[in-house]
Amino acid sequence: MSYVPIKRPKFSFLDKIYVVELVKGLIITFKHLALSLLGKSRSKKDFNGKGVGACMPFPEQRWDAHLPEYYRGAPTLVRGEDGRERCVSCQLCEFICPARAITVTPGPVAEGSGLEKQEKAPAEFEIDMLRCIYCGMCQEVCPEQAIFLSKEYLITLTDRKDAIRNKAQLYKLGGTRKGLVNKWNQYK
Amino acid sequence: MNTILQWCDSVLSNEIWFYLLTTVIKLVLIFAVILAFVVLSVWIERRVAGWIQDRPGPNRAGIPLFLFKRFGSKEKQPLKNVLHFFGIPEDCWIARLCKWLRLDGEIPTFGLMQPCLDGGKLFLKQELTPKYVRKVYFTIAPMLVLGPPMVAAAVIPFASTVNTCYGEISMCVANLGIGPLWIFAISGLSVYGLSLAGWSSNSKYPFLGGLRASAQLISYEVAMGLSIIPLLMMFGTLNLQDIVQFQADNGWTLLPFWGEGLSVQRWAMYAPIAISFVIFVTCVFAEANRTPFDMAECETDLVGGYHTEYSSMKFASFFMGEYAAMVIGSALVVTLFFGGWSIGFGADAALSAWNEWVAVLCQFLMFLIKLVAFIFFFVWVRWTLPRFRWDQVMKLGWLVFLEVAVANIFLAAAILYFIQ
Repeated sequence: MSYVPIKRPKFSFLDKIYVVELVKGLIITFKHLALSLLGKSRSKKDFNGKGVGACMPFPEQRWDAHLPEYYRGAPTLVRGEDGRERCVSCQLCEFICPARAITVTPGPVAEGSGLEKQEKAPAEFEIDMLRCIYCGMCQEVCPEQAIFLSKEYLITLTDRKDAIRNKAQLYKLGGTRKGLVNKWNQYK
Repeated sequence: MNTILQWCDSVLSNEIWFYLLTTVIKLVLIFAVILAFVVLSVWIERRVAGWIQDRPGPNRAGIPLFLFKRFGSKEKQPLKNVLHFFGIPEDCWIARLCKWLRLDGEIPTFGLMQPCLDGGKLFLKQELTPKYVRKVYFTIAPMLVLGPPMVAAAVIPFASTVNTCYGEISMCVANLGIGPLWIFAISGLSVYGLSLAGWSSNSKYPFLGGLRASAQLISYEVAMGLSIIPLLMMFGTLNLQDIVQFQADNGWTLLPFWGEGLSVQRWAMYAPIAISFVIFVTCVFAEANRTPFDMAECETDLVGGYHTEYSSMKFASFFMGEYAAMVIGSALVVTLFFGGWSIGFGADAALSAWNEWVAVLCQFLMFLIKLVAFIFFFVWVRWTLPRFRWDQVMKLGWLVFLEVAVANIFLAAAILYFIQ
């Protein structure tokens, strides 16, 4: 075992007494106190604060307007510009989900809907919000650009049953998304 | 009616009954004040600490107004109605002040309900006594932490002596000739509380926490007692009421701006008094187990320290005992260094000559104001300094403070002897 002597910094006499440092520290804290009470805390703008201090008082004020573009909220299913439900129940999202929150039951496409080329559509699609970890891997892996993570972060439930969202709810939350690739063009 | 007054008169003329009655009244008053101050210091701790940390602190606890809401008081916007009634426009400074004080909604409590609700929560929690603890010591340990500060408050004077026709009322519960020694002795009992708590918990971390806490307390008691001696040499008495009376007439210890305080000797004594002040205040921090000396209960090292295994009301006793010790420490510092109940600049004598009971009231208020200021100082220091390491705490107590306090005594003696 070898020793490595640690070089301690040299303290002056005033540093050793500590009272001077204490007073300096007290002045800093007092400045924080005074600025907080006057509503002029230094980083208030960065934290979108209101009132006393630098904080955003959460339920009264939310940061929905400040969420970045890439924020990962709850996953939802989307429809394309033509109104088609984009999910084809390939189950890739189900297999890649690390928390195993997604359960897909594939089924046949509705007859005569003009979607026979995609061959499958989900009979059931469930996401358990109590399991979802909002990683976004389902969105990354989906080959149909069907599942997207929305900006919804306030999910409160009163019953465990309400945590499992089914296909209809997911499509309703997802809405219509523009600018997606049109893979199943029926004229090709 | 006359017979009742005559009976009261005969009772009060009897010296023993007079003493008993006045002592009981003062006792109840001081007890209530100490408990109220514990609640207030919890509020200061949580709210003011929040402000220092750039956040609002707990402000959601309120008085449940569901009864009034049924009658629509919230929707009726009482502030607007009041402003209309008085003809005050809604954007003038009065309206803005009321809005800033949040008077336009529910009854604003500024978070003062928070400590009461904290107490309520602790009261209603499940009281869990693990089966591996030593039950006897486990149960009496919180009492030994909560009791001594309450008892030590007996000698703190809160107003000047009043002369009534039945006798003299000295405005402290017990006008003992030993003053601060009573407080030091009784505070020594709280060492028992902490070490019993640590020992009876029958678990590693509380044991270590209890050991550290008791070692810290006894180390700083020595320096605390010694650091007072220069002051006592200057006052010449240990009686706290006399000490404060001296300060009221001759300038506070730390602010000697009137009476005999303007003498050369007092100003020459300022150096030993300042050293004494620093050492004493630091020792009071250590005695109350208060940051930066709260090694015994910090969560990073010791989970909860000596109060890990305690729940509900016993934990509340530790909690309240710590704050009560802080209040008593502040009271002692205020009494010895800042003139206790004295209003300053000789105003006490003038006020007393005018009307004794009004003077008593003003002095009591002044004492409370100084106490609040000092408790604020305690909280302020807590949120300024990082915690001291254990070996640093011990070195400070034994190697630094003891030496400096003893040297201070000699210095003060020399100054008092050579400078008249």
